[in-house]
Amino acid sequence: MSKLDVTRRSVLKTGSVAGAGLALPTIFTASSAAAYTNEPTGGTVTLGFNVPQTGPYADEGNDELLAQQLAVDHLNGVGDGGCLNTFTSKALKGNGILGKQVEFVTGDTQTKSDAARASAKSMIEKDGAIMINGGSSSGVAIAVQGLCQDAGVIFMAGLTHSNDTTGKDKKANGFRHFFNGYMSGAALAPVLEKEYGSDRRAYHLTADYTWGWTQQESIAAATEAIGWETVNNVLTPLASTDFSSYITPVLNSGADVLVLNHYGGNMVNSLTNAIQFGLLDKLVNGKDFKIVVPLYSELMAAGAGENIKGVFGSMNWNWQLQNAGTAAFVKSFGEKYGKPPSNSAQTCYAQTLLYADACERAGTFNPCGVGEALEDFEFDGLGNGPTWYRGADHQCFKDVLVVKGAENPTNAYDTLEIVEITPRAQVEYDPEHPMFAGGNLGKCNPGA
Amino acid sequence: MLGLDRKDTRLLIFVVLLALCAPFLLNPFPTESAMAQFNAGYPDLMQRFAIYGIFAIGFNILFGLTGYLSFGHAAFLGVGSYSTVWMFKLLSYNIVPGIILSVIVAGLFALLIGFISLRRSGIYFSILTLAFAQMSFALAYSVLTPITNGETGLQVYTDDPQYLQSVGSPNVPNLFGIVMRDTYTLDVGAWSFDFNNGYYFCAILMLIAFYLSIRIYRSPFGLMLRAVKSNQQRMNYTGLSTRPYTLAAFVISGMYAGLAGGLLASMDPLAGAERMQWTASGEVVLMTILGGVGTLIGPILGAGFIKYFENIFSKINDATLHSWFGFLPEGLENAVVWILEHFVGAGWHLTLGLLFMLVVIFLPGGLVEGGQKLAAFVTRRGSDKKDKTSGSTEPAE
Repeated sequence: MSKLDVTRRSVLKTGSVAGAGLALPTIFTASSAAAYTNEPTGGTVTLGFNVPQTGPYADEGNDELLAQQLAVDHLNGVGDGGCLNTFTSKALKGNGILGKQVEFVTGDTQTKSDAARASAKSMIEKDGAIMINGGSSSGVAIAVQGLCQDAGVIFMAGLTHSNDTTGKDKKANGFRHFFNGYMSGAALAPVLEKEYGSDRRAYHLTADYTWGWTQQESIAAATEAIGWETVNNVLTPLASTDFSSYITPVLNSGADVLVLNHYGGNMVNSLTNAIQFGLLDKLVNGKDFKIVVPLYSELMAAGAGENIKGVFGSMNWNWQLQNAGTAAFVKSFGEKYGKPPSNSAQTCYAQTLLYADACERAGTFNPCGVGEALEDFEFDGLGNGPTWYRGADHQCFKDVLVVKGAENPTNAYDTLEIVEITPRAQVEYDPEHPMFAGGNLGKCNPGA
Repeated sequence: MLGLDRKDTRLLIFVVLLALCAPFLLNPFPTESAMAQFNAGYPDLMQRFAIYGIFAIGFNILFGLTGYLSFGHAAFLGVGSYSTVWMFKLLSYNIVPGIILSVIVAGLFALLIGFISLRRSGIYFSILTLAFAQMSFALAYSVLTPITNGETGLQVYTDDPQYLQSVGSPNVPNLFGIVMRDTYTLDVGAWSFDFNNGYYFCAILMLIAFYLSIRIYRSPFGLMLRAVKSNQQRMNYTGLSTRPYTLAAFVISGMYAGLAGGLLASMDPLAGAERMQWTASGEVVLMTILGGVGTLIGPILGAGFIKYFENIFSKINDATLHSWFGFLPEGLENAVVWILEHFVGAGWHLTLGLLFMLVVIFLPGGLVEGGQKLAAFVTRRGSDKKDKTSGSTEPAE
């Protein structure tokens, strides 16, 4: 069957073939003339919108995609211009970015780090995307941020709320407009103390990944500071759809508050399970049982329906805010799609405009120039009030909203009511805060 | 040549040419044309073709030769990735230690799982391997988070020790200084072709893996494995223990999977737990069946087919569709786009499912059978002088 005749001639022949094979790749070493990765040379510039279109965060992703397309319209001068009219920086003129027409490509992250990276890589390598925006799920955002750092393009994070995105895993090429777990804790705790008192016992159900961990840590620390006790913390897999087996132990734990560190489809299911088990009708330790959902979104509220009435949480932004930026954005979004935008849509819209504006101000698409323009940039008019892009960790600082499920909703979109607008000063922290320490921005990487 | 007969040599040369010319073959459309959407010749996808080719070749050694259907091969892929990333974190960004360790660790892991699972055959074996893979996934996802970093995925950080990383060497995966990510782009008129270091590294390993699999197929050991597939009981009655043979095949195919996992991490230094999920195990089964179970080249074709669909079709969105069908009257355009958008973008699984059904129903031997039928058709139409089996290979069974 197998025969192996080793002769001098065959060894030489095989050796030379193998040698040629090994030498081949070294002939083609990188020698591109561009100054940075994907330098746009024609009349157009390509942005990559990488959002979950399938998986537990698909609703958020599809809403983000709508907002990103709206942002591209506004940048190219199509439509009413939206927030370009209210933005304090006047560098953008509605003629694209640096005179180049804006085009975009989209991809599906599937809410999985691997798929998200594959999709982002194909945008960078095949479509020549100069910036990647998106990423619901902090796991995905962190994975794609690392990729963009290595590839030398800018990553404008979308919906990512983990402390690690601008903490332990921060990168020089990555920027985050959205708020984070620490800020949610700092904003929520005083409201919770006022509403529920200072001797509560909390039971945490936590999505088992970077976002869940850091948010749970933040909320536990903030509530313990007002005198609450943390009874237990149970980690649940992100892919779970039924949480009833996690709810039963809550009843016997002696806890009187359930904190759901869940998001998207997870939160809709766990909250529904909790209500079905009648948790909210229970009287524990002589107090009414309460549920808290630290990170809220309109889409989750719509999914959970009746169940969210009176449940407290926090948000980055809400369409009911009264300011010029919000009004302009909600108007354009509503006219184009016939519904108000969610807070994940708003953060992606703002990030796309912020990137474009930074390019204009820097006069280049070079990631290092853009990064410099974004660092310590102070602006207003995008809907969140006065905002500061801190240079030390590339995190935005702005007011945080504490909201609760509307008691008497008047229409399908009026599901949440704003309880308090927590001022920026109350949610600020030191870049070296223990919950954020251990990371290193590194140097900006222009690629090439 | 190389201890192969004429037909196998021809097949090997065919695959070598396919691998070396892939940058040209996969980018047939000019960059600025509307058809550029279907170009697959960018580094990331080409690397995936080669890597998943290795994965499927290895899987086929087990499934194609012995008939044992493992539903847990993704576990070895994941273990290989984790080993490689840990080598990056501890030693340096040179990929050699990582890849060697990934093969060894996957081999040991396969020995353990194979030793237990191979006590049963048929559906029970499949279920056992599936159970092991899901256990590994659960471990990687939540229990062993200090080692695997859970859902976030294991990454290399700037404060990792990297004891062997010298000052001047590149800060990305490299082979003794050859950076895997570097690409030389050749512009010829309207076309552009990418020659990527990482791809050629993967392609050479894929060719070695392919050559080894031919040798295994043609060896007495391969014959023994095929005997296990056709009638294991009879072999047992003749007083021969088949277990060492099946275990060896299981470990070999586990090592192939480990190599593929190590390469995935070498091209992109991140390892996520979802690499071990049962869907990933199912994918390699699909690749092998789609290409042709038990054939030499089938798994490579199947892997390429599925990865192409996953990466190209999933990126077509309704804006692209509107631009294609813009010439139609508006109502008709919207109707056509509405139907088609369910088959592209997030709906690419639907297209793949339909094609998979067609292949399994009409070409049970996979794409290889399709190739053979086509070749036979052409030969019949042309002259009868030609050898009937030329151009492609026969299924093992």
